Amino acid sequence: MIKANDRSNKMAPFVPAEDDDLIICRCEEVTKGEIRKAVHEGMYTLPEVRRYLRCGMGLCQGQTCGKLVKGIIARELGVKPSQLEAATGRAPMRPTELKIMGSEKGGA
Amino acid sequence: MKRYDLIIIGAGPAGLSAAIEASKRGMSVAVFDENARPGGQLFKQIHKFFGSKKHKAKIRGYKIGEQLLQEASDNVDVKLNSPVIGIYPGKEVVVRQEDHIFHYKADSIIVATGASENMVPFEGWTLPGVIGAGAAQTMMNLHGVKPGEKILMLGSGNVGLVVSFQLLQAGCEVKALVDAAPRIGGYGVHAAKVARCGVPFYLSHTITKAEGTDCVTGAIISQVDEHFKPIPGTEEHFDVDTICVAVGLSPMSQLLMMAGCDMVDDPKRGGQVPVCGDYGETSIPGIYAAGDVSGIEEASSAMIEGRMAGICAAQYLDFCTEDEKKESLKTLLEDLDDLRQGMFAPKNRGKKIEKTEEGIDISQTLLTKGHLTREEAERFPGVIHEVGVHPVIECTQNIPCNPCQDACPKHCIQVGNDITALPQIDPDVQCIGCGMCVASCSGQAIFLLNEDYEPGFASVTLPYEFLPLPQKGSKGKALDRAGQPVCEAEVVNVRTAPAFDHTALLTIKVPKEKMMDARFYKGLGCTEGVEK
Repeated sequence: MIKANDRSNKMAPFVPAEDDDLIICRCEEVTKGEIRKAVHEGMYTLPEVRRYLRCGMGLCQGQTCGKLVKGIIARELGVKPSQLEAATGRAPMRPTELKIMGSEKGGA
Repeated sequence: MKRYDLIIIGAGPAGLSAAIEASKRGMSVAVFDENARPGGQLFKQIHKFFGSKKHKAKIRGYKIGEQLLQEASDNVDVKLNSPVIGIYPGKEVVVRQEDHIFHYKADSIIVATGASENMVPFEGWTLPGVIGAGAAQTMMNLHGVKPGEKILMLGSGNVGLVVSFQLLQAGCEVKALVDAAPRIGGYGVHAAKVARCGVPFYLSHTITKAEGTDCVTGAIISQVDEHFKPIPGTEEHFDVDTICVAVGLSPMSQLLMMAGCDMVDDPKRGGQVPVCGDYGETSIPGIYAAGDVSGIEEASSAMIEGRMAGICAAQYLDFCTEDEKKESLKTLLEDLDDLRQGMFAPKNRGKKIEKTEEGIDISQTLLTKGHLTREEAERFPGVIHEVGVHPVIECTQNIPCNPCQDACPKHCIQVGNDITALPQIDPDVQCIGCGMCVASCSGQAIFLLNEDYEPGFASVTLPYEFLPLPQKGSKGKALDRAGQPVCEAEVVNVRTAPAFDHTALLTIKVPKEKMMDARFYKGLGCTEGVEK
């Protein structure tokens, strides 16, 4: 098992840092501190942190912050970003209003 | 549900190239793009491209885009304002068009969705005025809007360098080019163009703060240590209203992931990318990836990758024979291989290269300050001294590019069969001073020297891409490679010609002892920056 998903080891306690107030996900206004804290609260993967904090689920769908969030989680866990599971690719890839989602056509 | 033989997602260089190859072989093709205009990033590229003739070298990017669009327009159905929002099993492609969701079915799919810009967080990075370099390019080159007046550029890769030069061309002042890396990431020739306009380079520096409450009013940069941590006490303030961020690209590969293709996080290719064969075949038969989505490179290689994927899709559905596919792919793979050579090749990314392929020491000043020194320039094969007029080629890094070789009507410039070799000058051929080589060099690294222009004076002919053009007879300062004034200069000739493709040739007269320093011209009456 890669270290990124190993939950048997006890994590070091969360230590506040100077730049914890820095906004990382601008669409949902999630800060670096919140993301770091989430890791210490047991959210070890990008999908988990996304569901927990909504970062990467706003208008840009993680286009801007995805890599940044991944980097923060990886540093907190002491692994390489490439070792972390990626965020799930799922429709709709672009933000779409519900009224449009509800108006399906066969094809034109 | 409407069916197509092939659905291509993305109408950029890769997608359009794929569409051309597939439709040529009789496939019914639809191309979906979320933007209002086709061409992807090509139409923003106003600089001349590198490579060889077959890669459309020395042609400006937007013109390559126009050619591609023309070639595609006859047989390909490009649907704009049509974001693909999902790919489902059975190659079902779901698209948002106007206020509806449409379902399409394809027998093969090529994903050519390109990449998005990376960001780097720092204090104040969410302020208006902090923008991606690509966004700045869109504003300038597509919409004719200046992104700001005083710019700080973050990132010294080719995007940061090219956009810095275009900002200067648009009349902005680029106050500094900052990169946390110890060495400039992009082509030396691109850096040299920016440096000789007087833009200072700050390597091993990072931005620590964007100042301002409602918008950017300034920036603070700091030197970084070997762990890229800012060193306290090294802060420097810049009076800027815009901060451009050019810190790399990430493949937009989510659709491939959703389709179920095997993916890998490969930092060398820019992040999450599909596991691909040589021609863009993903782990799912009939689904291909082409262009930046399968690994960050540039437009020329994206066009070749697109063509390869288009041919593979055609063969997959029996629109061409296996033999025909093999033959076409062989040439394309060779073309692609040519582009992937030299010191900036994907395989050399991150490596420290000390010597050229010819065994000459690489200029360290070029890697840290963005320009050669006079002494360094003299050791390269393109820099010679002769009686009368002759070219001086300050091309000092092995990059895949050779338009200069074909430019000279007298064949005095040779690159040879190895496209990355440094250009050499045949001393036995008499230069006629036509300037075709100066205008053809995509890196603006070729100058004409007339060492015996007048007693005590030499002339330097340099490529000039700023408006308004200086008038013949006007006087100003000659700038050196670092953009510092070195002597008085008089413009003795200004040449423009359709064959120069918007690169003007400025000939300035300088004292003979300054001819190896003078590499740019600034007219009198310009208070700051370069002549606008």
